[in-house]
Formats: sequence, structure tokens, C-alpha cells
Amino acid sequence: MDIQQLNVRKQRRAIWITGLMVAIAIVIVLISLNTGSIRLSPLRVMWTWLGQGSTVENLIMFQYRLPRILITILAGIGLGVAGAVLQGVSRNSLADPGILGINAGAGFGLIIFVSFFRTMEGPIALLIPLFTFGGGVLIALVIFMLSYDRQRGLLPIRLILVGIAVAAGVSAITLLLSLKLDPDTYAFAATWLAGSVWGREWVNVWALLPWIVLFVPWVYLRSRTLDMFVLGDEIAASLGNSTTRSRIVLLLLAVGLASSSVAMVGSIGFIGLIAPHIARQLVGARHQHFVPVAAMIGMIMLLSADTIGRSIFQPNFVPAGVVVALIGGPYFIYILFKKTV
Amino acid sequence: MNNMKSVRVSFSFLLALIVLVLSIFIAVSYGAKELTMGTVWDAVFHYDTTVTAHQIVYDIRLPRVLGAVFAGIAFAVAGALMQGVTRNPMADTGILGVNAGAAFVVALCFSFLPQLSYSYLMLFSFVGAAITTLLIVVLASFTPGGLNSLKLTVAGAVIAAMLHSLSTGIALYFGLSQDLAFWYAGGVSGVTWEHLHLLIPIVLIMMIWSITMGRSISFLALGDETATNLGIRTTSVKVMAMIAAVILAGSSVAVAGSISFVGLVVPHIARRWIGVDYRLVIPLSALLGAILLVWADFASRMVSPPQEFAIGAMVALVGVPFFLYLARKEGRGL
Repeated sequence: MDIQQLNVRKQRRAIWITGLMVAIAIVIVLISLNTGSIRLSPLRVMWTWLGQGSTVENLIMFQYRLPRILITILAGIGLGVAGAVLQGVSRNSLADPGILGINAGAGFGLIIFVSFFRTMEGPIALLIPLFTFGGGVLIALVIFMLSYDRQRGLLPIRLILVGIAVAAGVSAITLLLSLKLDPDTYAFAATWLAGSVWGREWVNVWALLPWIVLFVPWVYLRSRTLDMFVLGDEIAASLGNSTTRSRIVLLLLAVGLASSSVAMVGSIGFIGLIAPHIARQLVGARHQHFVPVAAMIGMIMLLSADTIGRSIFQPNFVPAGVVVALIGGPYFIYILFKKTV
Repeated sequence: MNNMKSVRVSFSFLLALIVLVLSIFIAVSYGAKELTMGTVWDAVFHYDTTVTAHQIVYDIRLPRVLGAVFAGIAFAVAGALMQGVTRNPMADTGILGVNAGAAFVVALCFSFLPQLSYSYLMLFSFVGAAITTLLIVVLASFTPGGLNSLKLTVAGAVIAAMLHSLSTGIALYFGLSQDLAFWYAGGVSGVTWEHLHLLIPIVLIMMIWSITMGRSISFLALGDETATNLGIRTTSVKVMAMIAAVILAGSSVAVAGSISFVGLVVPHIARRWIGVDYRLVIPLSALLGAILLVWADFASRMVSPPQEFAIGAMVALVGVPFFLYLARKEGRGL
């Protein structure tokens, strides 16, 4: 079997698995549409979709459930892809926007937003991702500067360690700022840090949509560059890439995806870690193949976590971030000890 | 020479003690209702039940300040023990997930066994701390090729993050506390005399026990082989020091919640100040830890009265820069 054949076979496998993931995702979307404090039967859901629902059903479906599900879908995709890019760019299999502190930076940006505009509702919410992006970029800069070694470049474990510490510090500052605002914001900040999907309205969907729709294809177009980063800086440079520039662009894309996503769904970690890992095991290490799969897995994970969190524990809810952490923590430890980082 | 050193040591301890006592008086005096030092003095030494000011001091201020003092002692001593025994300069019961384990079990107890008496709660808290410690030790010893301190720290931090997240989830789900921040980063506002009657003896006994282990721990810090040659039974010292650290962390988490970075920062300062003899490092860490938490608690209720800020987040504001500095220093050897 020559390389040509192998490539074709790999490509077929990638397409096949991507299709499978899309199918699973659709099933979970349907389940998620059916669950909630007011049960709607699958049949009623279908009728409502066809425009035959009662006023109440329409309200539940199109004003409550659908926006929330769309936000979860978009954010799941964003986090999965952001993790894949971060892992590629930093050549660090433990990278994840949550662990690296980018989520905490986004939270900081969110609180800055609240202190400027004093509200998170109405059309002004469209600007939220800009602020979280600013916060995310700021913290990413700090973290990369602190973990950069002049002789040896980015040190993987130090990057993680610095990220964890900076995240703790920034979260503390975020809480302090929110306390200064008012008790409600303080409670909101604490819940946000636990990773709870709070964006539930159409305006939140519109705020998040452009970021995902723009940045995910952009990342996909650059998947060859990502492949080269995995080989190492020298090889990437000798293959004719301006490494520093591409690295910065890709990092900005990852931070943009992560911070716009967590802006709406709270600080959710581990998805950006796990989704790319599973995807790579399914379809191999070529970014062109596994980035779409990682996006689908991220979406499946977040959507399932949110659906589980708000259905099993009724009448209360458990933040999606908690459900994700339950799976993500052990998985992280597993990767940490398997790999010789 | 030796004489000079002992003068210096006594002076250091005296200074730390004076600062601690002054800090306690200031922390008790200021708050929602300001009291004069004289009133505080009277309330402590000539307690009169009919005076409101005395009641404020005795029932509200004093328990919380003493809670901060003893939690600070416990976390700092536990951190010193762990750093000495594991030779990991970044060891801290908070960072390695021991506190989070205890807090997780406490959250479980609050939700499933709300009638549980306080001494049992503390017992469960020990169990939580012990399980996480065991988990980390097992992870460390079963990794092929050994585990360097940075990797262990990362593993601990992620275990902490996960347990932390779960505790928050439990607190949210059961509507445990209006004050989510307690579950987020601890607080001593709810400390009562009942808690203190249990906490103070445990912390004092463990502290004294740790000081008696100080000599062996100082030798352990030189390396296992050197310590064995000097006649130290390394394994038993390690195990006993870990047990003491677990009990200290467990008891103070049950009272004050999970507070990180105290056990990281304080022993470093103590070592720099007084040298590497753990017979001195441990008691000095205890004093400095108490001072740190008294001020952290004081600051956390003064930043935005009448609301309270999470004391652990307050400590993090100091602890994180220090941690980053250490990570950078340690990273050289990577």
C-alpha cells in the first residue's frame, strides 16, 4: 500500500467519523430540545417546529430552549477548536483555555464590561465578546511572557503551572471587582466561575455567532500551518512559514474562540483539553482531519453536560462546568501521567 | 557566634509574636462597629454580659479572629511539613488538592447529613484530606520514571480544581449557602466558640508534635540518603509528618474553608528569615501564618462593608505573584 492510498483511506475515515459525530450531535440536540422543566413530547416538538404549536409551546421552544441550545452548540464548537489550536501552537498536549487561564481572563473582561455598562441585557450584550476577548488576550500575553524562557522557548509544564496560578489570581481579582459592584454581580461572578450557561436569549446567540462562524473556518484554513508547528519551529520555518507571525495569529484565533464562548457559558474547562485528544485518536494527528471532529466532540460534550445538569438534578440545576469537570479532571491526570511531557 | 544566633532567633520570635498580638487587637477593634482598644481589653479580661460592646467582641469578633489565627497556624504548619518532607518547594495543602478534598467531603456532609455534630464533621474533613493525600502519593509513586515536583504540582492543582468545581456544584444544587464565596474560597465569618473548642486543641497539639519532628525533617530536607545515614527512619518520619499535615489541613478546612497559598508563602518567608532548621521554621511559620490570615480576614471585611469578601481570594492576591516567582525559579532546573 503506498502513501497515496493510505492518505485516501485516512481521509475517508475522517469524513466518515465527522459524519458520525454530526449524527450523534443531532440526536443530542433533539434530546436536549425535549428536556426541561416543562416536558414536551418529541411529537409536540416536531409539531411546534412545523409551526403548529400552541402559544406556550412556541414560547418555550423558541424563546427559552432554542437560544440556550444554540449558545451551547456554538460555545462547544468554539472551546473544542480553541483547545486544538492551543495544543498545536504550544506543542503542549495539556493545553486548554481553562487550565491556561484564558477563561479567567475572559471573566475579568466580563466584569469590566459590567462595571462599564451596568447591565448585561439588551442589545449592548452584543459587545460582551469584545470585552472578554480583550481580557483573554491580556491574560494570554501575561502567561506567555511569564512562561517564556529566552534559551529554551516555551516550557510546557511551566506554561501549565503559570496558567493555573494566573487563573487563580485573576479569578480573585474578578471576584473582588464584582463584590465592589453589588451583591448580585458577586453571586453572578461566583456562579460564572463554576461554569454555568447563563446566556439564554437571542441577543446572546447573535453576540456569539459571528465569532464562531468567522474564526472556526479561519482556523481550518490554517490547519497545514498547525501541522507544521507540531513538527517543531525549525522545520516549520524551513518549510517557509513565518513562525512567529502565524503563531500569534493562531493564538489570537484560539483566544478569540475561547473567550467569546465562555462569555456566554461561564468558565468551562477541560472541553478544550479532551475534545482534541479524542478527535486525534479517532482520525489521526492531521489538523485538517481532526479539527472538525474536535469541534463536534466539544459541542456534544457541552450540550450533554448542560442537558444533564439541568434535567437530572431538577428542580435545581448543576452548572455544565461541574459536569464537565467530573469527566475532565481524571482525563487530565491520565494524560499527564501517560505522556512524558 | 552561636550566642548571636540565639539572640537573633529570640528577637525574631518576639517580633512576630508582638505583631500577631497587635494584629489581633486591631482586627477585633475595627469592623461594622468600631471599638476602642480599651473596650476590647475590658471585654477580654473583664467580660460584662450587660455591655453590648463586650458581647460584640466576645461573641462575634473574637471567635472569627481566633478562627483566622488558628486556621493560619494550621495551614502554614501543614505547608512547612509538606515542603520539608516532599522537598517540593511548591507544596501547599491548597495547591496539592488536600484542602479541596476536605472541602468536598464537608460539602457532602452539609448536604446529606445536615444534623451531623461538629466533631464528626471535622472527622469527615480529615478523611477527605487523607484520601486526596493518598491519591497524590499513589500517583507520585506509580508513575514510570518518577514524578518531578512541577508535574506533581500540576496534578495536585487539577485535582483541586476538579474537586473545587464539584463542591461548588453541590453547594449550588442543595442551596447550601447564600454565600457561594465560602465554597469558592473560604471564610471565617461563621466561626463560633463551639468550633474553636475543637480547633484550638487539635491545632496546638499537632503544632507541638510537628516541632518535635523538626529535627528529623531538617535532615530529610538534605535528601533521603543523608537522612538515613544520620540515623533518621525516613519513611516513618514522612508518614507521620504527612498525617500531621492532613489533620491540620482537615481541621482548619472544616472551620474556615479551603484556603490556598498560606502554606506555600509562609514557610518560604520563615526559611529565608531564620534558616533551614525546621525546629524553628515550624513555629515561626505558625506565627506568620496566623498574622497573614488575620490581616486577610480583616481586609476581606473592610474592602466593601457590610459585605464580606472570600478570604481565600484575598490570600490569592498575595500568594499568586509569589507562586509565579517560585515557578520561574524552579523551572530553571526543568
